[in-house]
Amino acid sequence: MSETVADVSALIIQTLLANPKVPRDISGSSKIVEDLAFDSLAVMNFVMEIEDSLDVSVPLDRLADIRTIDDLANCIVSLKQGD
Amino acid sequence: MSIFTKYEPLARSLAAVTNGGGRNPFSVVIDHPVSSTVGVIEGRETLLFGTNNYLGLSQSEAAIDAAIGTVRTHGVGTTGSRIANGTQGLHRQLEERIAAFFRRRHCMVFSTGYQANLGMISALAGKDDYLLLDADSHASIYDGSRLSQAQVIRFRHNDPEDLHKRLRRLDGTPGAKLIVVEGIYSMMGDVVPMAEFAAVKRETGAWLLADEAHSVGVMGEHGRGVAEACGVEDDVDFVVGTFSKSLGTVGGYCVSDQDGLDLIRLCSRPYMFTASLPPDVIAATMAALSELERRPELRHRLMDNAQRLHAGLNAIGLRTGPQASPVVSVVLDEVAQAVQFWNRLLDLGVYVNLSLPPATPDQHPLLRTSVMATHDAAQIDQAIEIFATVAREMGAGR
Ligand SMILES: Cc1ncc(COP(=O)(O)O)c(C=O)c1O
Repeated sequence: MSETVADVSALIIQTLLANPKVPRDISGSSKIVEDLAFDSLAVMNFVMEIEDSLDVSVPLDRLADIRTIDDLANCIVSLKQGD
Repeated sequence: MSIFTKYEPLARSLAAVTNGGGRNPFSVVIDHPVSSTVGVIEGRETLLFGTNNYLGLSQSEAAIDAAIGTVRTHGVGTTGSRIANGTQGLHRQLEERIAAFFRRRHCMVFSTGYQANLGMISALAGKDDYLLLDADSHASIYDGSRLSQAQVIRFRHNDPEDLHKRLRRLDGTPGAKLIVVEGIYSMMGDVVPMAEFAAVKRETGAWLLADEAHSVGVMGEHGRGVAEACGVEDDVDFVVGTFSKSLGTVGGYCVSDQDGLDLIRLCSRPYMFTASLPPDVIAATMAALSELERRPELRHRLMDNAQRLHAGLNAIGLRTGPQASPVVSVVLDEVAQAVQFWNRLLDLGVYVNLSLPPATPDQHPLLRTSVMATHDAAQIDQAIEIFATVAREMGAGR
């Protein structure tokens, strides 16, 4: 498996849009906390869903550096390449 | 810009809770306790259904006498850290008592349960290690993980299979893997499937730490917690606990058969850089522990009371967790409704905890209700009746 950042971003956006409370106009550059109004727990829970789809674990300390959907996609791709 | 500007959203959330003229649920004052089950709040005797005083031992005569005697002989404080001038004979004696109770070789006593988690987790998990935390872990566990340098991975709440999957992803990575679970989860009162987690631990070669804060004195034939109740104590490498719940005092501890525990005394910052427990607290704790051992009927009464409260709240159509345990939380949908419900309960003489998201699982507000061994049936029935009255007023429940 070798997903690109764009693939992973698309999957994240698709997962987010399944939640009716998420604004419809999100993109890779949307900020997870500010634009989606997620609190810290909501971020961790949503990342857990993505982890399951992509069979990867994102350590919590990595989340601290993540602002946008694309940041998260980049992080996941680099974690998967580290496998 | 003020240094408090970043807390404006918090101020707005608090205002939303108190806007309807209700109380600030985070600054309730119990003027003084009347007994373990009744306290004076706003000048009225109020039924206490929101403490962690599961066995009622905060008011134990034996513990009170022990504290008074010891304060006369030892004074009121140690003024120092465990690794400097703050270890007295009593601290060692307490550690030996706790170790013997758990049938473990070693015990470290901390000044609070919060510090026990902070101190154990941060010191056990080093830079190249992995911490695997239940998603619904207590704040002290999350904070311990931040103080550690380890990589932190969350698994789904009470889901050993999910943990197994996440451990498998770490196959071949160097570094120790430390799993952290709780015995009884404090928000919903649900119990950990400890035998299943122990099986995952054995299969994967990970280490297992169990925070039995809410389950010691409550579960297991001898009150040693969920690991005892499930018959898997040998698989739990480290048990963390607190004196501030079933033992009614304050302080925390870790017990283990690992000889390495003594080294943790020299690298656990929350152990080293704070003053040790005062002597009277130690004496009271040892007396409370003796009472816990001597009176298993307290545990049986606690569980009977838990059943009564759980059944009663369900019978009036309120939604609770599936298991009867000393913590029975009523799950509501809206924060505003929960705030009003909580205020009315207190108006009518019942104190429970109002727990709001994000501190609750699943974003639902909770009326966290807890029973004690010392509640009598009439007090429980009265509390259920008051719940029913408020539910009717608000059109909640049935
Ligand atoms: C699961 C859990 N662990 C640890 C603690 C901390 O204990 P203490 O209040 O003794 O600091 C608590 C209680 O606050 C708890 O609920």
